[in-house]
Amino acid sequence: MNRVKSFLRNAFTRLEAALDVVFGPAWNPLTHTGALGFFCYFIVAVSGIYVYLFFDTGTAAAFASVERMSTAGWYHAGIMRSLHRYASDGLVLFMIVHVLREFAMDRYRGPRWFTWFTGTPIIWLVFICGITGYWLVWDKLAQYVAIATTEWLDALPFFGQPIARNFLSPTSLNDRFFTLLMFLHIALPLILLLVLWIHLQRVSRPKIKPPRGLAVGMFAMFVGLSLVKPAMSQGPADLAVVPGVVGLDWFYLGLYPLLDSLPKGDVWALAIVLSVILAAMPWMPPMKRMPVAKVFLDQCNGCARCAADCPFNAITMELRTDGRPFAREAVVDPQLCVSCGICMGTCPSSTPFPRVGDLITGIELPHFTLLELRTKVEKNSRALPAPSRVIVFGCDHAADVAALRSKQIAAISLPCIGMLPPSLIDYCLSRDLFDGVFLAGCRENECYHRLGAIWMKQRIAGKRDPYLRARVPRERLDEFWGAATDNSRLVRAVAAFAARIEAMKNESALPAKAHEKVRHA
Amino acid sequence: MLKVLPLIGQAAVYAAIATVIGYFSDAPAYIHFPTDKALIKLSLIHGGQRKGCRERTPEELGQLPPNMRSPVVCLRQRFPVVVEFKLDGHDLYHALLPPTGLFSDGPSQTYVKFAVPPGPHKLEMKLQDSGRTEGWDYGQEVDIDLKPLQNLTIDFKAQAGAFLIK
Repeated sequence: MNRVKSFLRNAFTRLEAALDVVFGPAWNPLTHTGALGFFCYFIVAVSGIYVYLFFDTGTAAAFASVERMSTAGWYHAGIMRSLHRYASDGLVLFMIVHVLREFAMDRYRGPRWFTWFTGTPIIWLVFICGITGYWLVWDKLAQYVAIATTEWLDALPFFGQPIARNFLSPTSLNDRFFTLLMFLHIALPLILLLVLWIHLQRVSRPKIKPPRGLAVGMFAMFVGLSLVKPAMSQGPADLAVVPGVVGLDWFYLGLYPLLDSLPKGDVWALAIVLSVILAAMPWMPPMKRMPVAKVFLDQCNGCARCAADCPFNAITMELRTDGRPFAREAVVDPQLCVSCGICMGTCPSSTPFPRVGDLITGIELPHFTLLELRTKVEKNSRALPAPSRVIVFGCDHAADVAALRSKQIAAISLPCIGMLPPSLIDYCLSRDLFDGVFLAGCRENECYHRLGAIWMKQRIAGKRDPYLRARVPRERLDEFWGAATDNSRLVRAVAAFAARIEAMKNESALPAKAHEKVRHA
Repeated sequence: MLKVLPLIGQAAVYAAIATVIGYFSDAPAYIHFPTDKALIKLSLIHGGQRKGCRERTPEELGQLPPNMRSPVVCLRQRFPVVVEFKLDGHDLYHALLPPTGLFSDGPSQTYVKFAVPPGPHKLEMKLQDSGRTEGWDYGQEVDIDLKPLQNLTIDFKAQAGAFLIK
């Protein structure tokens, strides 16, 4: 499993890098697969409502009405029908890529199990919605799908009489069947929407809207495809004739050929076993949990910044319990906390400057405290012999910073770059511990902990609390946002930065050296 | 120029996605059923006769309320239904269909399909629902002429006492 995951991760990060060049990091489709799935859902919903206006329910009327849409009304209902079809296919495509990507990036275990687990019924619902939609057209494909599906359902021991008998002959089907189908085709997507809402319950600030540019591009693509290759029916259904050859929609019906080659019960067993395995993957094996964030009420003034910045809604603000004159206090839900440390980076108490007493902040990770971080910084500073020293703060899930260590460069890897309090950057430079600070986090929109890299950038830019102080010389600060496959680029970026810092240091040291020469003379 | 190249790249990516979606939305075609065959679909739901039937004695009838004086009383269970189909004298299907239900009191049912060569055929259909050891309760012979891809369905209607061919 790890080899598959590693292969996929490598493939995705390389493809993402290529798409970054083309689309820019903000519009990269691979980093918005979930949002693109939602986008397709909404195109399907809107186009479906429009198509419904022109759809007649009935054995003969259904096909005729759909045909009318694609012929006489090709320029409105026909395009909408095609949009309905292709956005549905896009939904499956983006859903598959989304699942594979979350698996490859190992973003499904630990506290993220809930989101992954609730994704399994979504997959079933998406397929059921699509399959019921194909029935409605009542063409040859619909006939094949209806009979194959009902024969498959009949393999379950739930039905008193074979439901496939409804499709025995042209006289065995009545118009009410289409009314029932229509009801299912409307009700099921609504249930899907409900499950999608549940799916996102443990995610803070979920991305359900792709960036505008990407959305425009995707929509234009669907419209273009609808014009170039309009969705068409495959001839009217006729139960007296077997639809021997059908043009399958492989996105929705890709597994249907199995129903012809395997016993129906085996296909059920396969579908159920695969679904159970998929749903159980967060525990195969379970993620090793790190200790969760701990709140120190003595340092917590209930400002709620940690709760606002937590990417997984693991922090809530509850009524104060320690009698201090603040209304609220932060409370961590250990079931939801992923131990990313972003809360420590965002806490206004997380400042390394105090030298008196224990260095404790309002919220921090027990296994990686602010004091430990400051101690590491100071130790690294003392260990560097070079006159111009650079410290690189990296992320455990981004490009590897450990390999950068040299006589001039120190490196500290954090669970997430968002864990770094901006005041620590100030501390490094103002206390002359280092001459330059380099931040290396995950690629844009690719943060393993979802929001850490975004928050960090906003803190430096002065757009999000806690801000990096204005007195910090920005020319002595640089950043790099890249994945594990971007190591060589990171090495080059850090080397260039270190050289720049050295040049700066030399420039500022020149007058002093000249003065020294004069004195010696 | 610098801005044009990414746009061309984006167009190429969108075109690639559209090609994948457009192509796999109805291709490659799937041969679900051989085009040089015809299909015979046998589907019936028929309850076998009740087991252990006997006539009530006048004493038994006298003890019952007037509205419940049915002269014959049976067990709840039903006999299995035996069906046999022959095409041109060759066995096509022979099955003993047990009654459904937890107490074996439901109808027997089957749904089977056969791909056969098109053309003229003689079809013999027999059904037994009384638990007899020899012979059949219903039998029928028909000549059929199947076209390629024709879907011929065979049902059984107890009220008509005959097989129904559509």
